[in-house]
Amino acid sequence: MEAFADLLDRLVLTPSRNAKLKLLSDYFRDTPDPDRGYALAALTGALSLRGVKPAMLRALVAERVDPVLFGYSYDYVGDLAETIALVWPAKASPHPDPPPRGGREKGPSAEDFAGGSEKESGGLPPAGSGQGTPSLGAVVEALLAASRSEGPGLVERLLDSLDAPGRWALIKLVTGGLRIGVSARLAKQALADLGGKEIGEIEEVWHGLAPPYRPLFAWLEGRGARPEAAARAPFRPVMLAQPLEERDLGLVTPEAYAAEWKWDGIRVQAVNEAGTVRLYSRTGEDVAAAFPDLAAAIDIEGAIDGELLVGRAEGGRIVAGSFSELQQRLNRKSVTPKVAAAYPAFMRAYDVLVDGGEDVRALPFRDRRARLEALVARSLAGRIDLSPLVAFATVEDLAVLRGRPPEPIIEGLMLKRWDAPYEAGRPKGPWFKWKRDPHTVDAVLMYAQRGHGKRSSYYSDYTFGVWRPAEGGGEELVPVGKAYFGFTDAELAEIDRFVRKNTVNRFGPVREVVHTARDGLVLEVAFEGLQRSGRHRSGIAMRFPRIARLRWDKPPAEADRIAALEALIAG
Amino acid sequence: MMRPEDLLCPGPSGLYSPLGDFYVDPVRPVPRALVTHGHSDHARAGHQAVLATAETLKIMAVRYGADFAGATQAMPLGETIRIGEVAVTFQPAGHVLGSAQIVVEARGCRIVVSGDYKRRPDPTCASFHPVPCDVFITEATFGLPVFRHPSDAHEIGKLLASLEAFPERAHLVGAYPLGKAQRVIRLLRDAGYDRTIHIHGALEKLCRLYEKEGVALGPLAPATVETGRKAEFAGAVVVGPPSAFSDLWARRFPDPVPAFASGWMTIRQRAKQRGVELPLILSDHADWDELTATIAELGPAEVWVTHGREEALVRWCELAGIRARPLHLVGYEDEGEE
Ligand SMILES: [Zn+2]
Repeated sequence: MEAFADLLDRLVLTPSRNAKLKLLSDYFRDTPDPDRGYALAALTGALSLRGVKPAMLRALVAERVDPVLFGYSYDYVGDLAETIALVWPAKASPHPDPPPRGGREKGPSAEDFAGGSEKESGGLPPAGSGQGTPSLGAVVEALLAASRSEGPGLVERLLDSLDAPGRWALIKLVTGGLRIGVSARLAKQALADLGGKEIGEIEEVWHGLAPPYRPLFAWLEGRGARPEAAARAPFRPVMLAQPLEERDLGLVTPEAYAAEWKWDGIRVQAVNEAGTVRLYSRTGEDVAAAFPDLAAAIDIEGAIDGELLVGRAEGGRIVAGSFSELQQRLNRKSVTPKVAAAYPAFMRAYDVLVDGGEDVRALPFRDRRARLEALVARSLAGRIDLSPLVAFATVEDLAVLRGRPPEPIIEGLMLKRWDAPYEAGRPKGPWFKWKRDPHTVDAVLMYAQRGHGKRSSYYSDYTFGVWRPAEGGGEELVPVGKAYFGFTDAELAEIDRFVRKNTVNRFGPVREVVHTARDGLVLEVAFEGLQRSGRHRSGIAMRFPRIARLRWDKPPAEADRIAALEALIAG
Repeated sequence: MMRPEDLLCPGPSGLYSPLGDFYVDPVRPVPRALVTHGHSDHARAGHQAVLATAETLKIMAVRYGADFAGATQAMPLGETIRIGEVAVTFQPAGHVLGSAQIVVEARGCRIVVSGDYKRRPDPTCASFHPVPCDVFITEATFGLPVFRHPSDAHEIGKLLASLEAFPERAHLVGAYPLGKAQRVIRLLRDAGYDRTIHIHGALEKLCRLYEKEGVALGPLAPATVETGRKAEFAGAVVVGPPSAFSDLWARRFPDPVPAFASGWMTIRQRAKQRGVELPLILSDHADWDELTATIAELGPAEVWVTHGREEALVRWCELAGIRARPLHLVGYEDEGEE
């Protein structure tokens, strides 16, 4: 567990892709089976351990740590997994009683209380020495074998047997979210580096392999044959777009490029090979279990590329739902029939890689598009449609269309060269994405709340509002959103100073700051979209709001009116 | 017995002894100051008279110039002198070179001012000496149960492992210039690392002072990159003040690995926020277990907490049935010299 915990610790703080690859391939090279295989599974999301809820962990820690001390700790650290990993006190290993002193009461021994001692004062603890801590393989196999009722007891024993980094790694494993900045693709690249292979080769053998991947490592180390289990309905690495830049505008003519809407859904590759159906994410994860309704409707033979959306059939065609509807289906390993029926998934296809049994990736897009149209027309299940082409004469036409997409689920335009083959990776030139500008609004800071973790000493969570007509005449501010990022560290310090100097009211960790027509701070807030919401006083919910600029220059009276936001929803 | 507050009480300039008419670690100029150690939030320039260990006086002279106080007196560890009605003894605190706890006693009441302290062995200074007392005045820089510093050997091992994994990258180790920097260097030597270690200019005088005081640091060289010599820093260890690593100076090293030796590195967000890739949890302050075990060991009737995360340590004392209160002293860095 030690080596795995060290790896996670290092990865989470390493920004450079090359350094991450080095750390990963070193780990895979130096770590024995099955530990490295389970680590690979954890990193690629292929490990399904019985989920442990954060609430269970809190209950475990509450048995050992004074709630007040735990509260101070959590407030300071800001992250539950990390707090529990750090605060977890050993149960046994009694602290020797302090030497009694004449005339005074004996002092307490540390383990009588929260944060009891793991070691003697002044002595060097063996933390990190790794002696006697279970291996990753042993931990994973124990977790896999445990029944639901055995879960908490096992987790508690494991927490007792590990040091703080090991406990953190364990908690990340059992709560099912490593989130350490390593994609499955990066892990596969590290495997490719280890074995001197191309990443495409790794991706093509990947499906059909299972943790702890002994045959895969044997192949990479030249000790075994290439694993062939995944021959049927394999994943094919996807083609990605470059952002369109100013200087590329001259390239975009209707002769050279096709235009399509850019859908704000999930990129998927649907494959049906002689009845074997797979639904891959863009990194090659099979997500069919999360979208069984769509997987069951892949009734055309071949491999198509497109966007998974949520929507409903209307008058013989499919109408895409909003992003918030799509969200109901995201981040789930599986789905209940009820949710699947309420938010049916479909696929809006825009490319074809395999037509019937024929690999068409080398054909130009013009030909692939014709094949795709014919192929999609053969689907009877009603869950696949075509992403329409967008007609245009000049790039200026596109610029206008991009700013005014016909549906909220569109996030811009895609431009694809008519003569380009389907090429894995992100080649420069054949595909461009041209995203809609985010919306912005000038709003007035109303409340500020202390942040968590590194920001616990700053007021870093901001509630802002815009003007609306007040009941008794005049205007008042109504909160329309909350933002806690987008600013620089220097701006954070400025806002924090403003908050401290202009507080008019306090409610626990929240401060109300001055916000009159004359006095207050105007924030330029960028956001991705708006939705009607019954839960907000303004009736509006903002998607992905962030602070774009501080408008010290602007008096609050000149901030936006709610009508401007309502117009955005209507339009 | 008298009230402890008559012996030592908190005021705007720091802890003041009415019976002895002196201050401990005052934060503004006073006629007579007793100084626990050389960190700048405890040892300030401009007092009329300073009483401190000889090492602390030398550190203050290096930092502020020879005329940092009107008069100075070196206090040997373990000896007792009388100031007014108060018997004063300095005992080692194990924090940095020259650091001391200050024991004050009068009319049957004994108070120990720990200053900053730690309990684990440190090759660059004398170990903490426990003194039973009526009132223990403690720091609480790492006064939360999340702070449990791992062993020095483990943390230095992380640095050595990274040097092996990335032999082409310079490893820039941020460490406070007084105490931490020398301890990191010394720990590397004890772990068998014998290559030249490069140090930032801000460390030079203090490293020289440590060497003169008997702390051998091995081969050191200034960390200046001349044109065309960048490659020489491949795989080198460069130690400097943390503040230097965000400026141009640091960018001249080849693909540097930013490391930081500090107790704060326990918290991943802290490391992330500073752009640290290799956190080294090396602290010159007591961690939670050391803080609580020291109180348990000394068994004072009362605990006063000077600075840091006071509320948690006070809570622990409450649970242990020990009277405790925060002093809310101003002027000590929340972050300490970590
Ligand atoms: Zn200090």
